[in-house]
Amino acid sequence: MTKRQNRMILVGLLVSGVFLAGYLGIKAFSENLLYFYTPSDIEEGKVPIEKSFRIGGLVKTDSFERNGMRSTFLVTDNKKTIKVIYDGILPDLFREGQGVVATGSVTCPRKGWSCKNIFTATEVLAKHDENYMPPEVADALESAESKE
Amino acid sequence: MWKWIQRQASPKVFYQTCNRLIPWFFWPFICLLTVGLYWSLVISPADYQQGDGYRIIFIHVPSAILSMMIYAIMAVAGGIGLIWQIKMAEVVAKVSAPIGAAFTIIALSSGAIWGKPMWGAWWVWDARLTSELILLFLYLAYMSLNSAFDNPRTAAKSSSILAIVGLINLPIIHYSVKWWNTLHQGYSVGTGGIKDTDMQIALALMFLASILLYALLVSIKARTEVLIREQNSSWVQEEVRSLIS
Repeated sequence: MTKRQNRMILVGLLVSGVFLAGYLGIKAFSENLLYFYTPSDIEEGKVPIEKSFRIGGLVKTDSFERNGMRSTFLVTDNKKTIKVIYDGILPDLFREGQGVVATGSVTCPRKGWSCKNIFTATEVLAKHDENYMPPEVADALESAESKE
Repeated sequence: MWKWIQRQASPKVFYQTCNRLIPWFFWPFICLLTVGLYWSLVISPADYQQGDGYRIIFIHVPSAILSMMIYAIMAVAGGIGLIWQIKMAEVVAKVSAPIGAAFTIIALSSGAIWGKPMWGAWWVWDARLTSELILLFLYLAYMSLNSAFDNPRTAAKSSSILAIVGLINLPIIHYSVKWWNTLHQGYSVGTGGIKDTDMQIALALMFLASILLYALLVSIKARTEVLIREQNSSWVQEEVRSLIS
């Protein structure tokens, strides 16, 4: 075997070793790399309820209410829905029907209440989707959808 | 074929090729950048949700793609240098690193500027943003490792191994928005996420301009690097003398 072939094999081994290690690492840490949980995850008990965590989903249409500084709205992943309470300023892109990621915890505002489905947020971030279009196109898409 | 490659990879021919290519990269870059910026800032319509703020993608997306592409080029050139011991591949890898790091910084900072008004946060530790930040650290580590040795061959050898190990980060960055829930949105390019033709054209122009900018910067920096490395050879001394006079 020539020296060059030797080096080629070494580099090949290095690349495959690194990718194998990466694959295993990603598999092991997959859960920890989730930036947020979905309402379905909460329902299925996958979420560390005692601690602070993030939920993400779409703000349900016609669910937003504001009372002074307190906003309440429903976050849905189109399967399950959770109610979110937030005292603070919402980002510009916060809209009904758009994505949102909220940090907080499932806590009871008052003892003895059954509040499995109330999420008290300390921070709300808007999650933009991957669509970019001028307003005319958005209107056209919307009217096409409502015709269906 | 092999003979031809070897000839091209000799320092002198490589230097001359860089010299010849520079104007061919420079003028198309200027043209594409001018037209691309006009198309991005004037011709393209405003977005239905974000208004004019979305226009930052015309800088952000090309820089982010380039930051990953340049890393891949750097690692492959480093690998070629390791296996075939082609010195000019080592030069390309070395001079690519700071350019790639600059594109990474542009991608990260333009994203932060966009994120503050749109998301409500400059920075979040989601998988996409974190892996892109790791890419910046990889570039910085590569550069410091490369400059830690006096002998350019030893430097190229060890830093190339680092570059190849860091390759694993590229698929992680690319697929992060698919594998995990991230605050960063999913793919807009190639999925029909950008629905307006003018927006698509503007983005394509800016992407091509960025590639030309990279090619231009590599040629300029590689030229200098070759002169430094080959400073003891007679053709370099002649060349420098003719440049001075």
